[in-house]
Amino acid sequence: MYWEQKVETISRHELEKLQLELLRTTLIQAKQSSYYAKVLNENGLDENSIQSLSDLKKIPFTTKEDLRNHYPFGFSAVPLEKCVRLHSSSGTTGNPTVVLHSQKDLDEWANQVARCMYMVGIRNTDVFQNTSGYGMFTGGLGFQYGAEKLGCLTVPAAAGNTKRQMKFITDFNTTTIHAIPSYAIRLADAFYEAGCDPKKDTKLKTLIIGAEPHSEEQRKRIEELLGVKAYNCFGMSEMNGPGVAFECPQQNGLHLWEDYVIAEIIDPVTLEPVPEGELGELVLTTLKREAMPLLRYRTRDLTRFIPGICKCGRTHRRIDRFKGRSDDMMILKGVNIFPIQIEKILMQFKELGNNYLITLETIGTNDEMLVEVELSDLFTDDYSVLQRLTKEITHQLKDEILLTPKVKLVEKGSLPQSEGKAVRVKDLRKII
Amino acid sequence: MTIQQISIFLENKFGRLNEILSLIAKEQVRIIAASVADTSEFGILRIIADDPQKAYQILKANRISANISEVFAILTESVPGQFARTIEYFTQAGISIEYMYCFSTQSKGVLVIRVNDSEAAHEVIRRKNLRSVDQIGLREI
Ligand SMILES: [Zn+2]
Repeated sequence: MYWEQKVETISRHELEKLQLELLRTTLIQAKQSSYYAKVLNENGLDENSIQSLSDLKKIPFTTKEDLRNHYPFGFSAVPLEKCVRLHSSSGTTGNPTVVLHSQKDLDEWANQVARCMYMVGIRNTDVFQNTSGYGMFTGGLGFQYGAEKLGCLTVPAAAGNTKRQMKFITDFNTTTIHAIPSYAIRLADAFYEAGCDPKKDTKLKTLIIGAEPHSEEQRKRIEELLGVKAYNCFGMSEMNGPGVAFECPQQNGLHLWEDYVIAEIIDPVTLEPVPEGELGELVLTTLKREAMPLLRYRTRDLTRFIPGICKCGRTHRRIDRFKGRSDDMMILKGVNIFPIQIEKILMQFKELGNNYLITLETIGTNDEMLVEVELSDLFTDDYSVLQRLTKEITHQLKDEILLTPKVKLVEKGSLPQSEGKAVRVKDLRKII
Repeated sequence: MTIQQISIFLENKFGRLNEILSLIAKEQVRIIAASVADTSEFGILRIIADDPQKAYQILKANRISANISEVFAILTESVPGQFARTIEYFTQAGISIEYMYCFSTQSKGVLVIRVNDSEAAHEVIRRKNLRSVDQIGLREI
């Protein structure tokens, strides 16, 4: 049932003791890098400043900007000859970020991934096919080494070529797949189009999904189409890659491996911790990384801790599915609002297209929100139907964000197209 | 007998109506009648064209939100009181008119109406001997 029972079911008290010890070691290690040597020195900090876990907050946050500004090797805490791998993620602006790994780091990462896979019932008798892109994208090599460590027969099929993926699944008796949700659906469709029922005609039973946000309805649909159990995976290249957090068979939140990281959830504006269970930005401190420790790294990902103890027996806390990026948060009349909350509502209306724009503006002395959304197509010749639709959208948005926005239907194609990171929010508020 | 009407979603933006009508004109589709119903937020442009399918395709190709619906086009003599009398027939039969617009030439008047009950409207047209035209009939006016 457990890959490493002792640490997975460790008592909270013991876990915190372990974290404290590992945090101090991490500080000693981090000091070896030119970046943290400077930061820690400027703040008068070293391992002795950390007497309890609450001392963590003395350490300044690290941001993606910091990684970019010290590209490529400003964060390396070991000589380059001790590093055996480099992963880089391209930024849309400025320098890319670089993450260095020693052999020990890679071994730990593989162990983390193996722990996740074992948790959902994958064993060395399984055939694991990885449809993730290889190369710089960590979902490729990350799962490759993890699955090999677990002992699976591992098929590095890589991304694309659906016909070939189907042939491998059938010929090699693949039982487990790693795919992004949209690709899992494509694969299922391709099976049905070819006259196959993947539930009967393949040995598939487990699907690991990640990288793309998806709803619970989408997960259920994928599970039904392929006849599998699908588990969510969370990772990011700055934190190695996949395996940072993973769903257990309860499928209710992702266990975050707290012997590998210390997690904090903060208010992205005040930078203070949010009350347990509330939404905020995930901040992670690595505990075992040798080549490139990161202290209080602001992931920009929004999530919350799921309160309570998981039935599976693991004591590591669970985080909820990701709710968006902290960069996107708006504050209107003191209420924190995320575009994803609005998107979720808009997507429920089949009359609406995929494009929308949120504008915050000052009208008189009031700050107001305008939500413009494109019609998918005109489905009526009666404007009162459109007025009713507008009212219904407004009503549902109010239920979600607790403020009443002004909703405006606009013509198809009249809003800026979403290419990559679309501009969804325009803030035109005046400061009064 | 009904004809096809195209409804187009219009934002209240300066020049948009002209843009849309020009697109259709450029492809040699003749607009026989048009009306705009609007609220403070948006409007719906309704068009009767000599080739509604072609007009619809032009709009689609330009990613304009449009919809085709069936409406009645009733031909009357162009004399005072004709429109009123026609409407009265429908009212007497308990049919509500959701919207209407009309136009007339020297000798003929045409009433475009959308009703809540097409079946009943057909019945009125038959009983009262009204002349409802189809697409071809419309071109000949
Ligand atoms: Zn669990």
